Amino acid sequence: MDAEKILKDVNEIFIDVLDNEDIVLTRESSAKDIEEWDSLNHIQLVVAIEKHFKQRFTSSEIQNWKNVGEMCDAIAAKQNQ
Amino acid sequence: MRTFSELKKNLKKDFSLLEHKKVAILGDTSTQLLYQAIRATGYDKGYNLEVFEADFNQIDRQIFDPSSELYEFNPEFVIIFQSSHKLLYSYNKMNLNQSYSLADERIEKIKEFIHVLQVNLKAKIIYYNYPEIDDAIFGNYANNTTLSFLYQIRKLNFELMNLTTSQRNFYICDLSTIQNQLGKSVMFDTSVYINTEMVLSLDALPVIASRTIDLVAALSGKFKKCLILDLDNTTWGGIIGDDGIENIQIGSLGIGKAFSEFQYWAKKLKQRGVILAVCSKNTESIAKEPFEKHPDMVLRLDDIAVFVANWENKADNIRHIQQVLNIGFDSMVFLDDNPFERNLVREQIKDITVPELPEDPADYLEYLYTLNLFETISFSELDAERTKQYQVEAQRVDLQKKITNEDDFLKTLSMTSLVESFNKFNIPRVAQLSQRSNQFNLRTIRYTEADIELLAQSGKYYTFTFTLDDKFGENGLVCVIILEKLDEMNLFIDTWFMSCRVLKRGMEGFVLNTIVEFAQLNGFKNIIGEYIPTPKNEMVKDHFKHLGFQEIGGKWQLELSEYQYKNVYITKK
Repeated sequence: MDAEKILKDVNEIFIDVLDNEDIVLTRESSAKDIEEWDSLNHIQLVVAIEKHFKQRFTSSEIQNWKNVGEMCDAIAAKQNQ
Repeated sequence: MRTFSELKKNLKKDFSLLEHKKVAILGDTSTQLLYQAIRATGYDKGYNLEVFEADFNQIDRQIFDPSSELYEFNPEFVIIFQSSHKLLYSYNKMNLNQSYSLADERIEKIKEFIHVLQVNLKAKIIYYNYPEIDDAIFGNYANNTTLSFLYQIRKLNFELMNLTTSQRNFYICDLSTIQNQLGKSVMFDTSVYINTEMVLSLDALPVIASRTIDLVAALSGKFKKCLILDLDNTTWGGIIGDDGIENIQIGSLGIGKAFSEFQYWAKKLKQRGVILAVCSKNTESIAKEPFEKHPDMVLRLDDIAVFVANWENKADNIRHIQQVLNIGFDSMVFLDDNPFERNLVREQIKDITVPELPEDPADYLEYLYTLNLFETISFSELDAERTKQYQVEAQRVDLQKKITNEDDFLKTLSMTSLVESFNKFNIPRVAQLSQRSNQFNLRTIRYTEADIELLAQSGKYYTFTFTLDDKFGENGLVCVIILEKLDEMNLFIDTWFMSCRVLKRGMEGFVLNTIVEFAQLNGFKNIIGEYIPTPKNEMVKDHFKHLGFQEIGGKWQLELSEYQYKNVYITKK
């Protein structure tokens, strides 16, 4: 799956979990840019991403992502393993 | 079951028309998402739950500080969620040779919680029991030693069950069973636990919320009373009309086992007091044949309160069953293997519950176990008699059709009634009726067993129970009256509810005669009644008017000096 497709899927997951149709993610988007993206929703996003991509992230991976780009890179890296 | 993120979308919907209830959640781990799941599930089940969520790990402060936000909020339900993980943490900090006391200490603590809550609130307490964790310190030997965490957590769950018998208004929500159904790896998600302070996975939340609301609903008087069964490929394998009695599948072989076990399940429900009915597209005589003749049938005709087998529309047939039983559609469950019939019934009867049975009959029971359809908050031996009472009612309906004059009909019934005040034998049934009665209930004040015991001891209240028997059989306890002494002159009818089974039998008149006689003997001058409308009790809107009460300022008054005793055909035993 290419980077563009991963970003698109992640964007849809954000729209669904945060229940906000207007969210448009870029690789630079971070929690500061999206109002609903708080720590409580973060874990829900992670669980939804794990389910969607059938992957599992370690706790330290989850805590270290600074923006959507790093999140997508982690997904891509796992897919290539 | 819907996922948590689907469920959460409910939170944006309009709750304003739903029944309002106040619920407090106290947890020793983070409960923010549990709060969302409970409120969102409430929406699906018709409740606008106003939820107070304490900051986590504040259970002690909220309960023991009389000025806490909990008491200010004044909830009707208090949910206490002490997690297995925090319990394990306490265990970890103990010296291993002291750990035999973990469960006992926790039970003592819970007793304190209950005591203080009940002094300060009129709330019902819902306590989450403990999903098991085995820390693998002792291996299988954990079963041999009281020092193991497994021993202590199992003991704790067992002692919690015992606690429900000695503590009033204390109910267990069984998280341990939910973990058994889902599996521990679904119930608990390590990354959620590490990254938040939550011990419940997102996938477990909808199930736990649903099980919690089941209890809230049952404690509010809403539960399922009747199970309606389809026959072919639901109650037995095969089609009786085509395959014949020798070839239907039931018994101990192959898929027959699934149907036999399903029938045992239905039979146990019947013994618990759930009414069984049959609704089948069949010729009646053929449909009844297995019930009469098949050696492997578990269910027999006398287990079925209403048996409808014909070629009419199933929704119409279920409406007929509803009329005979006189209970709400929302208290009925319909099981049918045929998706067409299920959809038809769902579409035409809004409030009925129609589970989406799995395609393979081998899966029926495991699926039904997960739905927790038949929540209840009490059980008495009288429940087991209910089917017989409804069968007898069907016979009465037949006789009534033959006799056209109502008085003549009532005379032929030779009705008798036993009138008693509350005592230890009838209190469980009184409490149960108090929770169940919706239609013939003037004020719909719900009393639990514990409330009633207090009331029976107080000098301010006079209590009456009425049974009704006739030549066809016994109806058991069918009516309850609680009178409150307002002053030397006036008696107030705090509670009047009656089973709808005994409508049109002159019972209302007999009950009023009894109350008036009591009031006159004790020197009262007036009886005052009140009707509090609910969505379900419109049938008694004009109850007091029909009995000759005069409306005064929103209440109803009967002057005893002018009372004409009603003509009834019921004799006091």
